[in-house]
Amino acid sequence: MMLLVTSGVAPYLAQAESILDVGDTFIVPLLLKLAFVLGIFFVVPLVAGYLEHKAMARMQHRRGPVEAGPFGTLQLVADGIKFIQKEDLIPSAADKWVFAIAPGVALVPAMLALLVIPFGPGVFALDLELGLFYVLAASSVSVLGVLMGGWSSANKFSLFGGLRAGGQLIAYELPLILAAIAVAVQAGTLSLVGIVEAQAEFMLFGTGINLWFVIPQLLGFGIFFVAALAELSRPPFDMPIGDSELVFGYMTEYSGIKYAMYMLTEYAGMVTMSALMVVLYLGGWQLLPGVPLPGCEGAGGLFDCDVTGTLLGVVVTFGKIMLLVFVMVWLRVAYPRLREDQLQRIAWQVMVPLALLNLALVTIAKVVY
Amino acid sequence: MAIDPRTEASLSDDVLELFVEGADWESVVDAVEDETITINMGPQHPSTHGVLRLVLDLDGETVTRLTPIVGYLHTGIEKNAEVRTWVQGTTFFTRMDYLAPLFNETAFCLGVEKLLDIEVPERAQAVRVILMEFNRIASHLVWLATGGMELGSTTMMVFGFREREHVLDLFESQSGLRMNHAYIRTGGLAQDVTEDFVDRCEALLELLPRKIAEYEDLLKRNPIWNDRLRGIGPLDAETATRYGVTGPLLRAAGVPFDLRKAQPYSGYEQYEFDVPTETAADSYARFLLRIEEMRQSMRIIRQALDTLPGGPVMVADKHIAWPSQQSLGVDGIGNDPEYIRHIMGESMEALINHFKLTTQGFTVPAGQVYLPVESPRGELGYAITSTGTNKPYRVHVREPSFVNLQAADIMARGQMVADVVVVVASLDPVMGGVDR
Repeated sequence: MMLLVTSGVAPYLAQAESILDVGDTFIVPLLLKLAFVLGIFFVVPLVAGYLEHKAMARMQHRRGPVEAGPFGTLQLVADGIKFIQKEDLIPSAADKWVFAIAPGVALVPAMLALLVIPFGPGVFALDLELGLFYVLAASSVSVLGVLMGGWSSANKFSLFGGLRAGGQLIAYELPLILAAIAVAVQAGTLSLVGIVEAQAEFMLFGTGINLWFVIPQLLGFGIFFVAALAELSRPPFDMPIGDSELVFGYMTEYSGIKYAMYMLTEYAGMVTMSALMVVLYLGGWQLLPGVPLPGCEGAGGLFDCDVTGTLLGVVVTFGKIMLLVFVMVWLRVAYPRLREDQLQRIAWQVMVPLALLNLALVTIAKVVY
Repeated sequence: MAIDPRTEASLSDDVLELFVEGADWESVVDAVEDETITINMGPQHPSTHGVLRLVLDLDGETVTRLTPIVGYLHTGIEKNAEVRTWVQGTTFFTRMDYLAPLFNETAFCLGVEKLLDIEVPERAQAVRVILMEFNRIASHLVWLATGGMELGSTTMMVFGFREREHVLDLFESQSGLRMNHAYIRTGGLAQDVTEDFVDRCEALLELLPRKIAEYEDLLKRNPIWNDRLRGIGPLDAETATRYGVTGPLLRAAGVPFDLRKAQPYSGYEQYEFDVPTETAADSYARFLLRIEEMRQSMRIIRQALDTLPGGPVMVADKHIAWPSQQSLGVDGIGNDPEYIRHIMGESMEALINHFKLTTQGFTVPAGQVYLPVESPRGELGYAITSTGTNKPYRVHVREPSFVNLQAADIMARGQMVADVVVVVASLDPVMGGVDR
């Protein structure tokens, strides 16, 4: 290892500079980065959850949470405290160890995925050269926790839920990855920061018009969005939970803090997937295509920012993330639940061929221009 | 001792029972010869309409057999009615099918009135029709709401219950209660409708069509709603007739059988309305049919409101009911001073009659009667036997929820677990009516 580093062959070392790399010690940036990832992980999903509560309530002619905190903003915090206080029940027939660690197995990958996602100019913990690969790999580990929970609960409803989740993941991982590959092909890099940079510099067929990848890859974006919904088991693809059929799917036997961990996984997944879509298709922290951020220089006017530029970039990113979360909530309000076999049919007969077509078109365009 | 309604033989001979215990996968797989799983949906389950228990035999996710098990909400209302007076009967039966209380009251009262051989005043009949049709709309709204929720459409649930509230407000303004009204009494109504009754009905007739159009916008061409309902829970006309299935299920199979047309009661023959039918005989057809039935109900209400006659709302026979056109007391709430003066000051016989009517109720001539009405779920009939006393000898109810539920097995076989929810939702059983 030492040999590799000293000889200059260090393929996976960080490319862009994170603003968290302060000082010249090892421990300070490390602690800062840990705090950053944990902070994002515990705060942003709660904001997304609050947005879901409120947006859904308004669309359904309700008021949503109003009691806990101003405008009910602390509702999810109150829920969390309630979950912690609850008795931790483990069914007597359950496989206790597996049952106990399953929520953690589901939760940790959602946290790990946040490591490499840039939330603004320099606002990220790591810029891996294989960032995209890493995010997709990490987020697909979550389903293992779901399967473990479903199997170890010693409950038929849980088992059905876990198996449905497994089938769903296999079916939708493929179009998700195929759509993401097309972005990597167009950008020429797997680094998430690199993809943002590539979007800031992408000109439509040499015309000088700057466009985000969502325009040339509209099909890919649609596929990625639907597949992400399915992978997160969000409605209308929430069959693994399917409360009217499977009671609560793989979560049926869970209560207290373990249940809360599963719920946090879902909301964190929403945030991670939305952030990934922002980075891959919606230009990252760029306000509008072709418009540089004030206070920034570098490629496309998006890098080497001062404090204003950095803050503005963060606001833009989170604005876009919440917009996508809002669309996910909107779909939940508008659509009933699909059936498992219908979901599989859509995956294999529609999504995978379309994703392959998208990949082929992008590759041809990339080679020609 | 727990009683399994299916015999031991049917369980053990052809089905290997396995229990999910989180054991090592290999040891479980080795033991499997027949891959059928038996699961219990209910009695405590989010989508079983109360406490219905469904035992499902599953091959993968495909249903090979569905056994509905009822009795978890047994109230003993039928039996209890034998020790209550005829007047108290109304108060009891309204609690059976709690989504269609006015139909239960009317059906029971129609039977008793037939035994008594009395004619209900026209105003009372018209008000009964108006309230029953509003009740049908409210019941279908709950069906739409719960059915939507079971398919994961929480929006439809909120919308359906929201509009139902307005209908319940109307009921509350007339009877004082939102459910279990006991408003329809033998011989007429408990009291006349309020002065703003017509205005309230008009307001609802203005509101509901807009809202129903909204539901159609939300669901009718919704691709997922279509995918989930089309072709699910098929029940053709022949099978439906063989199982005695009535109501929307039968009409969705193309049989235009509606008791309001086939055997009119309460003056339904005066009103002009269609009996909608569908031919697809699947859950989607039932959805379209119930939407259309709500529209037809509003048509009936409109006509009934336009021709609402005046006059009393209770028969004049003093042995059956107090005078219906009583005024309030001087304090605005108590009894009619005129009536009190009459029974307390003028006539000993009137006082005795009042006392006996209040304590014992009226007696009904001996005989048997069966009179059905078209409830939101189908033919709701009361078979009443009287031996000439002030209490029924026996009341048996032909409850459409109970009869229709028999068809659940045949509708669900060969479909997926997720479709069982749709099948049960499209049956629209109300457990209060099934277990009575």
